Amino acid sequence: MTLYVFGRIGQALLVLWAAFTLSFVLLQALPGDAVLIKFLSPDFGLSADQINEIRAAYAVDSNIFVQYGRTLFNFLKGDFGYSLQAGVPVSAQLATNMPPTLRLAGLGFAVAVLLAVSIAFLSSMAPFAWLRNLLQSLPSLLISVPVFWLAIMLIQIFSFRLRLVSVINPGPWESLVLPVATLAVPISAPLAQILIRNIDEIRTRPFIAVARAKGASEARLLWKHVARNAILPALTIAGVLFGELVAGAVVTETVFGLNGIGGLTEKAVGNQDLSVLQAIVVISAAAFVAINLAVDLAYPILDPRLRNRAGVER
Amino acid sequence: MTTTDSFLHVTDTTKQGETAGWLRVLAALRKLPLGLVLAWLVLTTVVLWAAMPWLFTAYDPLQGTPGGQLKAPSAAHLLGTDSLGRDLFARLVYGAVHSLSGAIAAVGVGLIVGSALGLVAGSARGRVDTVLMRLVDVLLAIPTLLLSLSIIILLGFGTLHAAIAVGATAIAGFARLMRSEVVRVRNAEFVEAAFGSGGTFARVLWRHILPNSLTSVIAYTAVQFGWAILQISTLGFLGYGAPPPTPEWGLLIAEGRNYLATAWWLTTVPGLVVVTVVLAANRISRSIGRSSP
Amino acid sequence: MSPVQAPVLDVRDLVLSYRQGDERAAVVHGVSFTVEPGEVVALVGESGSGKTSTAQAVIGLLAENGRIDSGTIHLNGEDISRWSSRRLRNIRGAVVSLVPQDPGNSLDPVMTIGAQVRETLEIHGRLDRREADRQVIELLTSVGLSEPALRIRQYPHELSGGMKQRVLIAIAIALRPALIIADEPTSALDVTVQRRILDLINDLRREYGTSVLLVTHDLAVAADRSDRIIVLQGGRIQEQGRTEDVLAAPQNAYTRKLLSDAPSLATARPRPPIEPGRPIAVTVRNLVQDFPLQSGKTFRAVDDVSFTVARGTTHAVVGESGSGKTTTIRAIAGFQKPTGGEIRVGDLDVRSLRSEELRQFRRKVQLVYQNPWGSLDPRQTVQAIVEEPLLNFDPLPRDQRQARVRAMIDRVGLPAALLSRSPHALSGGQRQRVAIARALVLEPDVVVLDEAVSALDVTVQAQILTLLAELQRDLGLTYVFVSHDLAIVRQIADTVSVLHNGRQVDYGTVDEIFSPAATAYTRELIQAIPGRKFPRAAFDRPPLAAAGPLS
Repeated sequence: MTLYVFGRIGQALLVLWAAFTLSFVLLQALPGDAVLIKFLSPDFGLSADQINEIRAAYAVDSNIFVQYGRTLFNFLKGDFGYSLQAGVPVSAQLATNMPPTLRLAGLGFAVAVLLAVSIAFLSSMAPFAWLRNLLQSLPSLLISVPVFWLAIMLIQIFSFRLRLVSVINPGPWESLVLPVATLAVPISAPLAQILIRNIDEIRTRPFIAVARAKGASEARLLWKHVARNAILPALTIAGVLFGELVAGAVVTETVFGLNGIGGLTEKAVGNQDLSVLQAIVVISAAAFVAINLAVDLAYPILDPRLRNRAGVER
Repeated sequence: MTTTDSFLHVTDTTKQGETAGWLRVLAALRKLPLGLVLAWLVLTTVVLWAAMPWLFTAYDPLQGTPGGQLKAPSAAHLLGTDSLGRDLFARLVYGAVHSLSGAIAAVGVGLIVGSALGLVAGSARGRVDTVLMRLVDVLLAIPTLLLSLSIIILLGFGTLHAAIAVGATAIAGFARLMRSEVVRVRNAEFVEAAFGSGGTFARVLWRHILPNSLTSVIAYTAVQFGWAILQISTLGFLGYGAPPPTPEWGLLIAEGRNYLATAWWLTTVPGLVVVTVVLAANRISRSIGRSSP
Repeated sequence: MSPVQAPVLDVRDLVLSYRQGDERAAVVHGVSFTVEPGEVVALVGESGSGKTSTAQAVIGLLAENGRIDSGTIHLNGEDISRWSSRRLRNIRGAVVSLVPQDPGNSLDPVMTIGAQVRETLEIHGRLDRREADRQVIELLTSVGLSEPALRIRQYPHELSGGMKQRVLIAIAIALRPALIIADEPTSALDVTVQRRILDLINDLRREYGTSVLLVTHDLAVAADRSDRIIVLQGGRIQEQGRTEDVLAAPQNAYTRKLLSDAPSLATARPRPPIEPGRPIAVTVRNLVQDFPLQSGKTFRAVDDVSFTVARGTTHAVVGESGSGKTTTIRAIAGFQKPTGGEIRVGDLDVRSLRSEELRQFRRKVQLVYQNPWGSLDPRQTVQAIVEEPLLNFDPLPRDQRQARVRAMIDRVGLPAALLSRSPHALSGGQRQRVAIARALVLEPDVVVLDEAVSALDVTVQAQILTLLAELQRDLGLTYVFVSHDLAIVRQIADTVSVLHNGRQVDYGTVDEIFSPAATAYTRELIQAIPGRKFPRAAFDRPPLAAAGPLS
């Protein structure tokens, strides 16, 4: 058991380190000095001393391996360097932008799960065949919709046409309704798809026929036998959903003009603010790795079949 | 069928086969799923837009009519005009080539690099497999949008760069699929039987493993094509793709954003086009996946 | 109740069909039969005979695209054929219950055994938890499950196949139903386990007076275990009657064919003894095969197995699942490097072969797999499949190559019209013929057959066995034949190895193995073969109490 857990944690740290290295190569090693060229332009009106100061701050003057070591050490300390654009520590920017994004993402994720589970189970329980078919094809429609366009459509319909949600001076919760709805759709679609596929597959298993032969009602079959067997494998796409959540947050915050990590990312790319982007990339990778680790460690506890293999019991 | 292993019914059906041929074609036509036909129709149309846009519209996508700004859809302008008086339908038709070529380039990068990685990992197994798959794990660990943004920062903005950035994020998926397919087919009894018939590794790979892995890879390619269109339009919308005045679909929506209240068609219609094309690609993918024996 | 007891089950003119696309295909055409109280009625038929559909209709579990077109099903005097599923729910589990085919997949993998047995009690009555648990333990005890108090907390994957089937039987008898439908209850189990499970069903039936509708493809099982037999073919009843009568004097041609094709000890005519002085084709000496386990330990699958096979004869390797029989022959075919011991085919030492030598070795030894669905590439045509070995070895001109493929296809009894077909357009027997053709096209000396007929229906099985015998006679082939079915072994083998947990417990000629001199394990295996009630069968069985083991 402990061996398995430590092995798995070691593997996670290895992937995280490799992801950091990849981000370093993409965002620091390869671009090199190129970004700083823009500071040389007279628009900034910087003196030679100031430019040298900036160069020192970004450590671009030293050897690439020294830079790598220093950046890695700083990241481990939680020091992500300075934002080129804002001139403040990246960690400070992250600290102010993290809470609104977490709130948006948390709500979006919760709504998405609710939506996906409802679509999946209704699509197998709904009373009419046409309704079931409709619900079954809903996820593949939702997955084909560009998120940014969905956001715009929601604004157009609910704010401009129906005037249900105000875009000018909305209340704190009112301002979240449309972004949360926007974010929930791209997360719920793949989740609903995998749930529907699992439910369909589980329903054909012989143990369902046995439960039916016991006299179990459809509701009992669904909740006692199908649900648990169908939901378990869906856990494995938690990491993928996290990726969707990040992408969704970038687009949603951009369209709705919200403050947060997503908006910060969009600005960082626009301004070529490399340290900010690298910090966001590495933190996202860390979150992804942590989520997958948690799923892998929790799975044997939830699925009795894996218990012996992972050595949790006996 | 299996009850009697007689060959009577074999000769029977071959005789009937010739006369029933036409009837069977008719029956097959009747059973043809409408959705799939529509999907191919959509894709063909868009490909024609990209190849020969002048056949579909007389308007110039870049040159507006003075005084004809922000006109609602009408007989003269089927889908209305934008803030510079350019015909929206013309811009959509001429934009197809950017979205399609971008998506094809992106899927091409993912397909070639990813499948090669997966094929090597699945065939070689052992240490090579472990190292390659850990690399794929690293690619997967960075959320796709952030990875493509990082690559765009490195390469700079533009249609081709956006396509490469999207393609790079598709590598991991292709590699994983190809590897799992190769491993699945490798473990199939008929592959062992092929080795048992004296086949060398290269021959078995070429004759059995590749053809049997291909169906799901092709189906996945179709899905990825739709996905790449979505990603490229997202990058275009954020302003990292083709620069204005290119009529790239994502950019069209971005430009129409400022006229939400007055010109709904500028955002609604390009979005619907994207949704339709992506739906069509997904539908075709499903039909390929199902036809595998 | 009237003095003359009404039948528990009375099926009249039952017609069933399945929807396929726009059309409906009828699979059962007007089937009528009854099951009296306390009676065991066997529904016998090959695949596609409609036996399983009929049984599913009785308990209202037809697949979603299936439907009862006409006819009635009276259960305890009430016609349930038009009942809604809501109404059927009340009788399922309580009045009629099911023992399913595949114990491995018939229990919910994420639910404890206790909860699954308790579920039947919960659905049909309000019991407090402690009373229910007491009943569950009582039920598990009555089906002969060891340590029931421990079992109720275990999950299905922690139990063996036989134990799972016992749990499923406990579920079926929980509410003492009037009728149990046993759908191939033992076809996924080893013969010795099969026998114990069938004994258990019989004991419980006698104790509770429950009727049993036994669905099986195995005429021998039906013969041993039923009071009456119903023979189905193509959705129609060919014959029904008292079991003894049907077996002694079958009226219907199809029944007679089934009876004559069924591999039973009675019909086996032992082959003439091998004349001494034949050259040895295969030698296996002290074969040992270890597999590494995840825990770092090793598992010894084959432990010190030795035998020789004379050229032109058939050696059978017999055993239950996990006996190491498949591992043994995979080593002979060169798919596994043995951990220890020696394997010689002709004058070649198989263990020492390196890659190109191993490839050349394939010309001498060919393997035919159990499952013709998996061993043929679904994307190739029959022509390409049979041609492939030639392409690997003989750079023949195209027309010569095709002539050899044609001749081989003809030799295994397939029409040339099949050459352009792909495997999924063939029946199971045809596929296995193609697999045999592929194995023989290189003109090997030794053919290794891994349960090569056990996935096939009995009539097809008989045809393939006949073909194999002809090919051996004409081409002088040496067979190493793996089987779990001793009745087949008796029919086709000259010498036999009996494996048990990786060890060879008996080795000798067929007569020696089937004599009282065999070890207790071998005799138990022979005893477990169903078909005791076949005419003449009793004479061929060695008595259980007998002398010591064979050399």
